[in-house]
Amino acid sequence: MLWYIGRRLLQLLPVFFGATFLIYFLVFAMPGDPIAALYGDRPPAESVIEQVRAEYNLDKPFIVQYLLWIGGIFTGDFGTTYSGRAVIDVMVHAFPITARLALLALLFEAVIGVTAGLFAGLRKGKPFDTVSLVVSLIFISVPTFVIGFVVQYVFGVKLGWINPSVSSAATWLELIVPALVLASVSIAQVLRLTRASVAENAGADYVRTAKAKGLSRGRVVRVHVLRNSLIPVVTYLGTDLGTLMVGAVITEGIFNIKGVGGTVFDAVKRGEGPTVVAFVSVMVIIFMLANLLVDLLYAVLDPRIRYVK
Amino acid sequence: MSSNTPGQGGGRYVAPIEETPVVAVDAVDESQKAQSVWGDAWQAMRKRWLFWLCAALIAVIVVVALFPQWFTASLPTGGACKIGQSLDPASAGHPLGFDKQGCDVFSRILYGTRSSVTVGLLATLLATLIGGIIGALAGFYGGFLDSLVSRLGDIFFAIPTILGAIIVMQVMPWDRNAITLSIVLAVFGWPIIARIMRGAVLTAKNSDYVMASVALGLSRSKILLGHVIPNALAPVIVIATVSLGTYIVAEASLSFLGIGLPPSIPSWGGDISTAQGSIRQAPELIFFPATALAITVLAFLLLGDIVRDALDPKARARR
Repeated sequence: MLWYIGRRLLQLLPVFFGATFLIYFLVFAMPGDPIAALYGDRPPAESVIEQVRAEYNLDKPFIVQYLLWIGGIFTGDFGTTYSGRAVIDVMVHAFPITARLALLALLFEAVIGVTAGLFAGLRKGKPFDTVSLVVSLIFISVPTFVIGFVVQYVFGVKLGWINPSVSSAATWLELIVPALVLASVSIAQVLRLTRASVAENAGADYVRTAKAKGLSRGRVVRVHVLRNSLIPVVTYLGTDLGTLMVGAVITEGIFNIKGVGGTVFDAVKRGEGPTVVAFVSVMVIIFMLANLLVDLLYAVLDPRIRYVK
Repeated sequence: MSSNTPGQGGGRYVAPIEETPVVAVDAVDESQKAQSVWGDAWQAMRKRWLFWLCAALIAVIVVVALFPQWFTASLPTGGACKIGQSLDPASAGHPLGFDKQGCDVFSRILYGTRSSVTVGLLATLLATLIGGIIGALAGFYGGFLDSLVSRLGDIFFAIPTILGAIIVMQVMPWDRNAITLSIVLAVFGWPIIARIMRGAVLTAKNSDYVMASVALGLSRSKILLGHVIPNALAPVIVIATVSLGTYIVAEASLSFLGIGLPPSIPSWGGDISTAQGSIRQAPELIFFPATALAITVLAFLLLGDIVRDALDPKARARR
């Protein structure tokens, strides 16, 4: 197992450097003046340009610029925001909030998605199955930002059940509704995936054998059907982190949560290039590490794909 | 499938056993052309009412995207928007009223169809072309080219499409329009197509009919174009149809963030963002573009599902 992890980490290295180089290249090697591009519509003063040029090492060869930039990321130097705060300071404050939000969202996905998917899959073609399929299709086709707005408006503004804007402390309790919104599309996907997987496994030979042995229905479902059906679902939950991060940008923006996504949202709206790039780069890195974790988890869950390839 | 059962209609006629001498049981009507994968898929799709519903919806959406002026006399942008009519209610010729900027909402939604459909189709087309060609070459020729292309694909694959697009759109020196946005989405979207194409080409490459072509002395490029690619296309088409819907959502999300299409180009995502500003006075303004967006995405996603069912015989049997 250690061997496997080591080899996977080694394989990740070129992808990691490639992806970060790509991001760096896209941002700083675009035709036109990169500094003007970073500042958007408001061209800064000549002295500021000189200063930024030195700050981003734009006077040095390209590959050196990149190495300095990636070195900065590893030593926690992400530059400063327009308001003069170090980006790393903002991150340290923002990450715990987003981690809470993402954990809650994953929890909802796993609990609601798997439970509903299990019931739908076991009662294929029955009313519950049909209703849950239609509802899940609606959630998949209505983008997160629309769901977020509707929830915020109906429950926050009209009914007053929740605070339409989350406080800066962003406690677990306050994050429940935003997490549901963030998870909505994925809950629907998990439901469909579990349903298909359960429906397929329910007819498998080993399930028939388990029934023939006289096991109780609950035990057959829990131990034989569900466990085998969960493999694709767990993989989905892992790769879903990318979706959650994109969703976090929008959901945190709507509910005014000062997490990673909310910061990116505000920075994009204000046209703060350096902040956007720094935060999104870190998100991409987390996404890559999470994908590695999923691959490892997959090997643990499914004995058929163990370690050696 | 019913067409393969003895005695029933369908493309191929197979005689019922009890009426046929033993030698002729396997006889196939040779005057009928053999059904291709595509023919089979078409047979499977045309029997489903959902397919026709999606096809009709998409036809309407495409017509609106091509000729929005047929359905409304008002223009969605520029001089047609008068701040004096800001948030005015519906009136004759303006069935959905006006938004905060005083633009006709109905007209903006019709013209917004064009943005969504253009970005969806163009991004899918570009990603499929780039990914398809790269994946086919990598799978067919193998060797160094394959390793190089696969690693390159891994790198682009490691960046979630919308996150990558946020970075690029943020620093983009060119005009933000449907074409540049589609290119940006395709740049991050091609690896998934390339992976699938490569896998399918690898499978097709080792099949008997390719061996036969080699034995017949066909050139490598002829084998690739004439035999391998047509047989590897089905899974790519499936992913492409499904991703169309996701590109439409991506465009709307980016426009909503304000880094997709500029306000001068009507877009549902942008309109939802504008409607956010007047949610307390006119909450219904969010629902019109959101509904249009949801119906469009749903139509393309469902079509993708149906195409998948039709092209994947295993899924068909399970249904």
